[in-house]
Amino acid sequence: MNNTYDILIIGAGLVGSAIARELSRYQLKIGVLEKNLDVCNEQSGRNSAVIHGGFAYDQGSKKAKFCIEGCLGFEKLADELDIPYKKTGKVLVGNTEEDYQILLNTIEAGKKNGSVGLRMIDEEELKKLVPAVTGKFAMLSPMSAIIDPFIYTIALAENACENGVDFHLDSEVIAIEKECQDSYTVRTVNNTFKSKWIINSAGNNCTKISDMLGITGYEIRGTKGDYIILDQKVGHLLPMPVYPVPSTTYMGIHVTPTIDGNVTVGPNANSVTDYSNYGVSKNAMDYLAEDASNLWPHIHRKDYIRNYSGIQPTWKDKDGVIKDYVIEARKDVPHTVNLVGIESPGLTSALPIARHVVSLIRETEKLTADENFNPLRKGIVKFSEKNSEEQAELINENPDYGEVICRCEKVTKAEILEAIHNPLGVDTVTGIKYRTRAMMGRCQGGYCQMRITKLIQEEKNKNVDEVVYSRQSSQMFTGKVRI
Amino acid sequence: MIEKNIDAAIIGGGPAGLAAALELHKHGIENILILEREKHLGGILRQCIHDGFGLTRFGESLSGPEYAQIFIDEIMKSGISYMTDTSVLSISKDRKILAASREGFMEINANAIIITTGCRERTRGALAIPGERPAGVYTAGVAQAYTNLYNTMVGKNIVLLGSGDIGLIMARRLTLEGANVLGVYEIQSYPSGLNRNIEQCLNDYDIPLHLSHTVVNIHGNSRLKGVTVSEVDENKAPIPGTEKYIEADTLVLSVGLIPENELSLDATVTLDPRTNGPIVDENYETSIEGIFSAGNSLHVHDLVDFVSMEAESLARSVKDYLTNSKSQEPCTMRIKTDSNILYTVPQKISGTKDFTLYFRVNRPMENVVLSIYQGDSKIMEKKIRKAIPAEMVKLSIKKDLIKDSLPLEVKLK
Repeated sequence: MNNTYDILIIGAGLVGSAIARELSRYQLKIGVLEKNLDVCNEQSGRNSAVIHGGFAYDQGSKKAKFCIEGCLGFEKLADELDIPYKKTGKVLVGNTEEDYQILLNTIEAGKKNGSVGLRMIDEEELKKLVPAVTGKFAMLSPMSAIIDPFIYTIALAENACENGVDFHLDSEVIAIEKECQDSYTVRTVNNTFKSKWIINSAGNNCTKISDMLGITGYEIRGTKGDYIILDQKVGHLLPMPVYPVPSTTYMGIHVTPTIDGNVTVGPNANSVTDYSNYGVSKNAMDYLAEDASNLWPHIHRKDYIRNYSGIQPTWKDKDGVIKDYVIEARKDVPHTVNLVGIESPGLTSALPIARHVVSLIRETEKLTADENFNPLRKGIVKFSEKNSEEQAELINENPDYGEVICRCEKVTKAEILEAIHNPLGVDTVTGIKYRTRAMMGRCQGGYCQMRITKLIQEEKNKNVDEVVYSRQSSQMFTGKVRI
Repeated sequence: MIEKNIDAAIIGGGPAGLAAALELHKHGIENILILEREKHLGGILRQCIHDGFGLTRFGESLSGPEYAQIFIDEIMKSGISYMTDTSVLSISKDRKILAASREGFMEINANAIIITTGCRERTRGALAIPGERPAGVYTAGVAQAYTNLYNTMVGKNIVLLGSGDIGLIMARRLTLEGANVLGVYEIQSYPSGLNRNIEQCLNDYDIPLHLSHTVVNIHGNSRLKGVTVSEVDENKAPIPGTEKYIEADTLVLSVGLIPENELSLDATVTLDPRTNGPIVDENYETSIEGIFSAGNSLHVHDLVDFVSMEAESLARSVKDYLTNSKSQEPCTMRIKTDSNILYTVPQKISGTKDFTLYFRVNRPMENVVLSIYQGDSKIMEKKIRKAIPAEMVKLSIKKDLIKDSLPLEVKLK
């Protein structure tokens, strides 16, 4: 790979991948540098997975504008990228006079933002929509939806990759130097790259990269949110996300159905400075369960299958008020687009943010459309979602569909092999998990992980001690038992 | 699509499924099909290369594969049909089975379905152990599969949480393969595994067992770096100030087994929340007519010998079911217990047949008296010198003892 680019994007989370995809519409040589071994290892894959209706953000803010745009455009995007998307709607549930007033104000503010269809519903209608909920009334946001955040990020990156973008994984940026007017040199641990443009979409490391670019003055803090995942057995009790009445700074602990029928409970919000510790404490889990049980009393220990946490980059002013997104192309640092504080609603806003980045570049750069650009991407066919006739047909065409590897999620060998040979070249265990759902079910890989790690070894010609779980140095095994 | 009509379809070719098939065949049922998702018959026994199997049933100590092979050889001789590499996708309450294999998609109509799907391990997520999520956290059965079937070493410096039998076996196994097993931490004040395994797997290798301890934190964001253990009080709550950090690259969990019943639930079979297996009668029939269950999918056993024997009893009932279809006595008498007993199997009976009652006590007990009542009258009494949760208690109950149709109440004093 020739390491000289027109545009180099730092960070292959959701926003970086979306920018890569939107820029691949033009005749440009684009590279993406990602420090992890896959594209959705940080906040992009660690959130509530809700496409928001856009009512919760200050009028006129980028958050409000991009969130509404993202929400309204998501169905079409989901079609193009062949990713799951379910317009469930969502409710904010209240009990008191004060709650009612806050929800009315939220509807007013939401309408001004351009949020569609917001309305109050009474207890009867609420119970019809979500029979298992506790509450006297609610605000309904019919546009809200759920998606799979892993697959969304992966789909954007794969679509960019198929349209010619180079993804350099395992490439943490350690220095950026300005060579001349038209070129930056970017050093990673193992490599050196040159590029005319630098885009900083480094998520929690955004200020590290801004500093390297010479843009100072931003101070972000991590906001860490913990979640519990519940078994699919309780999924039928929650047809749509259920939120409490929000405060001015925080959406509150909510319960959310996942696209695959599980339920997530969370998040709390704690300010942190360690961006690599995703540990979840017992107190946090107990607190989440207790708090969310007021909304939805079906959270029981026997249904816990996993927990996780996310950390998002929050930029607060001196009074602790959360600031809007910074997306800037500064004259004093030419040929850069700097993104700071891209937190929630980042999942909903990623594509509009990417389009905005393109428009900023277009202000100084002539962009020529690439007529070969293909916005369509095909995902891995899911055996478990097909009916009997289709399943029979799939096995006839390819016997690998007849080998069920992951019992809980009914993932077949054909799907695992397709995931192992993904366009980005990711071969971690979690890479396979995010792409297929194998190992995500209630047995958490008890039945299938041996088969999957063996397939990774065979297909990628790896020794047993080269199989990696998720991050660098997360080797699964120490070697063979007998040589 | 491949279609089949079968008298007795057996889901799972482990010890329960194999024993059920052979016993059915012995009693003249010919149209049997065993469906097995793995490449070979034998189930989890294939990875249990230690000995100690078969003492009750065969009077000798066999390894898991040896024990399984006895049954597999018999299956081969008898010509019973089986399909390996075949996953059952779903079953319905009208006993239609959908299954997939490389040969194609299958629809099987069965007169009786026998669920012998075994159990799965409780995971870290189910226990909600706090901390980061590095590589290097394995359940004991997964570690066993890697070690014994995949020639793969899961780690070098190993902490075990839970003293279940598979964990104890793996403490010895990993030690024998050169790993440094630093200790076994058990949240209860008594071991969960069998005494013989405490002796032979821990004491013989100087592996310390720390009772009333648990893991309260997991460290490392790539590979495991260490765990924090803590002493717990009588309510199993960690005692502040007793935390200790242990450097380790691997945490092996042996914290319980859960009967595998996803297929039973497809068919709307009612489960017992105490066993996590189906509620069955003395015929091992579930709440759905023609669907039967035995072995670890019914309730977790401590010895495979009992699994085989239970499956054989099941097979005799299934034979009756298939030959005098639907003329069985209704099983309406419930079996209740006091709080000293974790569960019983069966949970209901007809009262017209001799049967074996299996149960577990909820904590170690000595010199207790077991009584069975119907209403106010005591129909049976038995002294039990010693009972621990790890060992299932078996009791034969003659039909003559049963007086009327009142529920049976099992009490321990």
